[in-house]
Amino acid sequence: MGKFQLITKGLIKENPTFVLLLGMCPTLATTTSAINGMSMGLATLFVLVLSNMAISLIAPVIPDKVRIPSYIVVIATFVTLLQFVMQAYVPDIYETLGLFIPLIVVNCIVLGRAEAFANKNGVLDSALDGLGIGLGFTCSLTLLGVVREILGSGSVFGFKFIAGDGILAFVLAPGAFLALAYLIVIFRKLTTKKAE
Amino acid sequence: MEKLLVSPSPHLHTKTSTKSLMRDVVIALLPAVVVSVLFYGWSELLVLGVSVASCVLLEYLITKYLLKGTCTIGDWSAVITGVLLALNLPATTPWWVVFIGAVFAIGVAKMTFGGLGQNLFNPAIAGRVFLLISFPTYMTDWTKPQGFIGNAVTDAYTGATPLGLVSEGGAGAVEGMDYMNMLFLNIGGSAGELSAVALLVGFVYLLARKVIRPYITLSIWATVAVFSGIFWLINPAEFTDPLFNLLTGGLLLGSIFMATDYVTSPMSNWGGVVFGVGIGLITMLIRYFGAYPEGVSFAILIMNSVVPLLNKWFHTKKYGR
Repeated sequence: MGKFQLITKGLIKENPTFVLLLGMCPTLATTTSAINGMSMGLATLFVLVLSNMAISLIAPVIPDKVRIPSYIVVIATFVTLLQFVMQAYVPDIYETLGLFIPLIVVNCIVLGRAEAFANKNGVLDSALDGLGIGLGFTCSLTLLGVVREILGSGSVFGFKFIAGDGILAFVLAPGAFLALAYLIVIFRKLTTKKAE
Repeated sequence: MEKLLVSPSPHLHTKTSTKSLMRDVVIALLPAVVVSVLFYGWSELLVLGVSVASCVLLEYLITKYLLKGTCTIGDWSAVITGVLLALNLPATTPWWVVFIGAVFAIGVAKMTFGGLGQNLFNPAIAGRVFLLISFPTYMTDWTKPQGFIGNAVTDAYTGATPLGLVSEGGAGAVEGMDYMNMLFLNIGGSAGELSAVALLVGFVYLLARKVIRPYITLSIWATVAVFSGIFWLINPAEFTDPLFNLLTGGLLLGSIFMATDYVTSPMSNWGGVVFGVGIGLITMLIRYFGAYPEGVSFAILIMNSVVPLLNKWFHTKKYGR
């Protein structure tokens, strides 16, 4: 697998949201608007790249039996770092995302990449893998956020284009499931056609 | 239909078809439709028209162009969904909100699951609930539009629905309300909640034509009556009495026409009874203790989702065992 493919596979073939269906909790909860979805994606991307790199470095010295707790400690370190950075520079988004920032620690994408990729590959490859998967996650969350914001509030990234409210259900939890389900349908339809 | 049918025995012939059953349901809905149009006038006619037309049109477009399969609008089921959806909305609902409801009912609740026979949830109820959580302001606007018949009869009860009043002010708020008035013109609410008699006429017609069996409907009524009876006897100042609960809100419309939908109700009689008891219980829990004043639509949706389980538990005994 080439270096470039390491990045692109996260976008389509192993898209964490639409294909692997990982990290559903932040996906459904934080995509009420495009900006929230994108922030969540970027936050995860940051943790993913750094934790992948760190874990690929220390993997050889971690005893096999305690590897999961060790990974969690590494990931938690970067999440705490991220939390302080966000609190300092983007306090608004930090407030909106709230609990979901610390919850990146238990995000199954991050742990999944550590377990499936970073502990048996080199630093550069692991960083690229984290970047690709993180970009895929960010794109999917932004897309889901855009769709829900257009339908639910009649705006894109905060710019209103219709007066009044949208279809309120799309800002609420049921709309998250609906929008995600139909996006997966469309995504599968488009990608399977390409394969034929 | 093909001339030669090859199928395992028994070979029963009947004139009954999906189409004829569905047409009977439409006929049974007519009294309620006529009453609501007479009472709410042009705006109700518009809601009905938009709802039925968009349901049928959407089903046509989806089956023809999106699924590229056989067109199923001939079986009248989309018409029923349209009529029921319209009867579930206030007559003042803007046409584009009705259209969104139809998109959800047909596009999401029905065709996504595979069309008639495959849908887990009753499309009309799903459409109504979607609109209720999406457009709470339109869906609880009960200002009474100009009807074709005199408004003098009803001036006293314009404004909030009886259940809405109870939700805000307790049972005392509806003390002087006339049950005869509720029976014939139950003021305030969705168009189809208007007249209990018109709905009951439809119920009798469905039973007489053997389109539905009475178990589901009757068990809903019995549960609501018993449940509210117990609470009313304990504390009549806080809880409303059984008759009030049976006649108000969407209970009659829901229990007669929507809980009994073939696709989304259990197949066996005992399954139907359990299904009905569940709907009655959830309805009364929402009415007495929930945040919404009315819970019939939520109750039907929740019980719809356990129908596969009920079908598994209460299946018909095989002959000879």
